[in-house]
Amino acid sequence: MSADWVNLAYIVASILFVLGIKMLGSADTARRGNRLSACGMLLAIVVTLLDSGLSYGWIAGGLILGGSIGAFAARRVQMTAMPEMVALFNGFGGLASLLVGSVEFIKLSGNGSLVSWAFEVPQSFTLSVIALAVFIGGITFTGSLLAYGKLSGVTASRAVLLPGQRYFNAGLLALLVVAALGLVVGSVLGLSVSWVWIAFGVLLTGALLLGVLAVLPIGGGDMPVVIALLNSCSGLAAAAAGFVILNNVLIVAGCLVGCSGLILTIIMCKAMNRSLANVLFSGFGSADQGAATGVEGEMKAASTEDAYYVLEAASSVVIIPGYGMAVAQAQHAVKELTDILEAKGCEVRYAIHPVAGRMPGHMNVLLAEADVPYEQLAEMDSVNPIMPTVDVAIVIGANDVVNPAALNDPASPIYGMPIIRAHEAKTVFALKRGQGAGFSGLLNELYFLEKTRMLYGDAKTTVSELVGQFKS
Amino acid sequence: MSLSLLLFIFTLAAFLGYELIKKVPSQLHTPLMSGSNAISGITVVGALLAVRADSGSWALALGLCALVFATINVVGGYLVTDRMLAMFRRKGGSK
Repeated sequence: MSADWVNLAYIVASILFVLGIKMLGSADTARRGNRLSACGMLLAIVVTLLDSGLSYGWIAGGLILGGSIGAFAARRVQMTAMPEMVALFNGFGGLASLLVGSVEFIKLSGNGSLVSWAFEVPQSFTLSVIALAVFIGGITFTGSLLAYGKLSGVTASRAVLLPGQRYFNAGLLALLVVAALGLVVGSVLGLSVSWVWIAFGVLLTGALLLGVLAVLPIGGGDMPVVIALLNSCSGLAAAAAGFVILNNVLIVAGCLVGCSGLILTIIMCKAMNRSLANVLFSGFGSADQGAATGVEGEMKAASTEDAYYVLEAASSVVIIPGYGMAVAQAQHAVKELTDILEAKGCEVRYAIHPVAGRMPGHMNVLLAEADVPYEQLAEMDSVNPIMPTVDVAIVIGANDVVNPAALNDPASPIYGMPIIRAHEAKTVFALKRGQGAGFSGLLNELYFLEKTRMLYGDAKTTVSELVGQFKS
Repeated sequence: MSLSLLLFIFTLAAFLGYELIKKVPSQLHTPLMSGSNAISGITVVGALLAVRADSGSWALALGLCALVFATINVVGGYLVTDRMLAMFRRKGGSK
């Protein structure tokens, strides 16, 4: 098959990706959209296989091995473990792009000298996009692995800011720029191939190290931003690899993903009213920052029986879930509670903050798993205006996203962050494991309000007890 | 294909991506992310092209690794997104 036909097929694949992403934007068409984009991928793979000189035996083995690992993991993963799964897949994509870049570098320099260049592009261009693919791919790989560790609890999820780490990172970045320059213009300057190889090695190792160091100072609560950003990076790495092998479908698809990840990143940052730089570099939530302002008053505990009597009389309830609901796996119990409330004529809505949980849209996935109708899930902006009319707000394992300090305390580190105005409801129940502070290290004023009652304990147990009260 | 043409494609794709995604409701952010994550596995095409016998054993081995990881990304990404989206059906009718 001629190159024209292959490129034509790649264009069709690109169209399928574009349509697929567009259809992912609406709940009705999302599933078909995802399948459409999978068809595009299949087409791209099949057409590529028609290239001459490929080792089909190895390829079959690789496809079967990778395919079965991927299918197995996708089938077995718990919905609550989705953030770390996405992070891991992401990292693999980055690693693959890094390896593709490396293979091209080996081919280029394989026989002891940088071989003369046969394509229509300057050799320095190819070397610079190899450098980019290795740099971005490397950061994506180790960054995603650490994000996986933090999300799955393999490593501590809090922010770790080592002494002098910012300077070290800046120095490392400078070193990487030098290495990349050496790689690109080394042969022009007359450096021997072994020096170019050393530059490549430094770039590779440094990028892998930088990925770890960049994610280390970012705490669990900021993970939605990190995952979205790494997602963007994996796309950009693929696009860079596309420039290396001059392949248009890699460039288009990689660029689309790079963009989508970047937009999600910006949305997440806006939802916290923090700049991307602040999320990435400030070590927010690390030990040296948690200067909680003193809050007057005391938290008043209540029993599930007290809560039952209030809920019994309520005619409208808003449930505000957070990461704590995911940890306790309470979504099914919560769904059961809302069913009971609805059956007795109470209006129930879920108010979902954009950064609740550990990845963009995390709460929506969990509630969808528990069969909560899509229509009951309300975004922050649509639910805030009606909060004063709500009888009971139930906060389940959420903290900073309902902290009124973000609205009325200019001294608070989260001041300006849009929140769900739970404090405007007539009564607030907060389900919480203990009296500790939230991710930001701040005490939550909401818990000290006259109308707030704390229900301590595991969220799932507490909600199940409530359900039990209604049933008896 | 000339370099300027590829850069042209890249630029247009960036704007297209921006226009496509800025309207996605926040409920669908997770499937959007994992679905686009699967698309970023397109690097599998680059990996396939690297698995050839004539480029030496190192290049072959690395290409093979790239192929395995990219395939995990692609297959796992699409399947997990599909699984998620299966739960996102509107349930109003079934009640």
